[in-house]
Amino acid sequence: MENKSNWAYSEIVKDHFINPRNILKNDEEFIEDGKGIEGNVKCGDEMMFLIKVDHDSQIINACRWKTYGCASAIASTSLLSEIIIGMSLDEAFNLTPKDLAKKLGDLPEHKIHCSVLGDKALRAAINNYYERQNMISKIRKEKTKTICQCMSVTDSDIELAVLDGARTYLELQEHTKLGTVCGQCKEEATKILESLVKKHFEK
Amino acid sequence: MRNVYLDHNATTPLHPKVRQALTEAFDLFGNPSSIHELGRKARREIELTRQTLAEFINADPEEIIFVGSGSEANNTVINSLSCCSSHCSLKNDNRSEVITTRIEHPCVLEAARCVADRGAKVTYLSVNKHGLVNPDELQEKISDKTVLVSIMMANNEIGTIQDIQNLAEIARKKGVFFHTDAVQAVGKIPVDVKKIKVDFLSFSAHKIYGPKGIGALYVKKGSPFCPFIRGGHQEKGRRAGTENTLGIVAFKESILQRKIEMIEEEIRLNKLKTFFQTRLESEIDDLEFNGMPGNSLAGTLNVSFDGVEGEALALYLDLEGIAVSTGSACSSGSLDPSHVLLATGISPEKAHGSIRFSLGRSTTEEDINYTVDKLIPILAKLREISTVYKPRNKNGK
Repeated sequence: MENKSNWAYSEIVKDHFINPRNILKNDEEFIEDGKGIEGNVKCGDEMMFLIKVDHDSQIINACRWKTYGCASAIASTSLLSEIIIGMSLDEAFNLTPKDLAKKLGDLPEHKIHCSVLGDKALRAAINNYYERQNMISKIRKEKTKTICQCMSVTDSDIELAVLDGARTYLELQEHTKLGTVCGQCKEEATKILESLVKKHFEK
Repeated sequence: MRNVYLDHNATTPLHPKVRQALTEAFDLFGNPSSIHELGRKARREIELTRQTLAEFINADPEEIIFVGSGSEANNTVINSLSCCSSHCSLKNDNRSEVITTRIEHPCVLEAARCVADRGAKVTYLSVNKHGLVNPDELQEKISDKTVLVSIMMANNEIGTIQDIQNLAEIARKKGVFFHTDAVQAVGKIPVDVKKIKVDFLSFSAHKIYGPKGIGALYVKKGSPFCPFIRGGHQEKGRRAGTENTLGIVAFKESILQRKIEMIEEEIRLNKLKTFFQTRLESEIDDLEFNGMPGNSLAGTLNVSFDGVEGEALALYLDLEGIAVSTGSACSSGSLDPSHVLLATGISPEKAHGSIRFSLGRSTTEEDINYTVDKLIPILAKLREISTVYKPRNKNGK
């Protein structure tokens, strides 16, 4: 196609966008072992992830997903759904959005947050599996706390930004895009920012 | 693959006659301020355009200032009228408050935010579900500190047309200046500044088959004015910078063509839009039209589709050769749902799932048929993927 190079995303993103893999079809019966839902329709995306697990080996042998989301959410989750088949729950849990973005041939910066949703929903599904199996000790809480839901910015992202030079809320926004959608996290983010600046830079 | 361009509110292709005029003007390189024949030749063309534009909106030629864009025209008015400096020659009787609306183009909203940061008070008018400003609210909100009211004539996202004549009269009776951003209106609907009695009006060439980079600002004789770009005598000192002769010549041709085509084309586009709406309504479930039926730009159709995210839908359409926008084109770099749709009171979810189709002079019935034919399977696919799509119960509605 003539406008190939003008497509905002890579060819891999495009392929997964046009032909998303492992979608849960409307009339399909898929009895899952774990289910996770993440995101918020108000912010423009929501993700549901279902996994089937081989109980003996703790390996994911099938998955399905659905999303209300943009092209990069669709593409990254489709890719994710392919690569986790055959992975152990531990391996799958440790996948990062960066691993995915790399495999997708990089996403535009403002779209990275969309690709985060898929693996968040996957981790929720894995935790849900442990919960159902009464393997409570295996449940891993997210190590970090998400402060800005819209842009998926965590407290550790804020810490990185502070170490990177952000001192004011505006600078924090420039670094992380936090609070640029609904703005509800401003107060909490400002508090964290202030305490981190104190922690790292005040004696 | 067919190419269907349904994004005319973002920008338009050149009219063939404009392209021809541009080609013929390529050698018109003289500086319009020069005294030699080459300069005078360019000057003559510029003044001819000024006359043409003035005539088209029923203004006097000296009331037209050429600027770089509609955005520049809007920024010029908002910034200069709200100036709080005591050193300024602008006679505003110490008034600096600006009243505008929540559905303006970002260039007005951003300019307003900036003057607010500098100390001017900015008040925003709400709109109803059709995107219409309430004249009573304007009446109430004007205070003795208000210097300017700025309300767009036709909205770029939903096409709603305001009753500018009435709103401007309210401001005038209170001694407040009135500006209207008419970038989406001039050349699409008849505009007569003597009838609507506004003090300032912005318009632009590229929305009406002219080139980008050239706009115009109407400033009523006797209105306060302070240049936004300084350092030259051009435009009688009102806008510095060597004139964009090529753009100006092309602007003239696009206006001349609108004079010939506008009325008939609007009738045709209105019929085409109705045809489009009818097909959508009868063949696709669970959608809503945004804006104001019967009082909107003929070519603008804004639709919310239940359960799908607008950007994904727009990209699927793009792959089929169909160009549309989600909300405002300026928003596509950001993730915010359209501020215009939110102002009309629809839910963020519906705003995220909205598409703006904007038709123009080259749009045909075949284009519309092709678009609907492609939309049907794309929507079915996206709705199957969707976590939130639930078919509405038709009987229960």
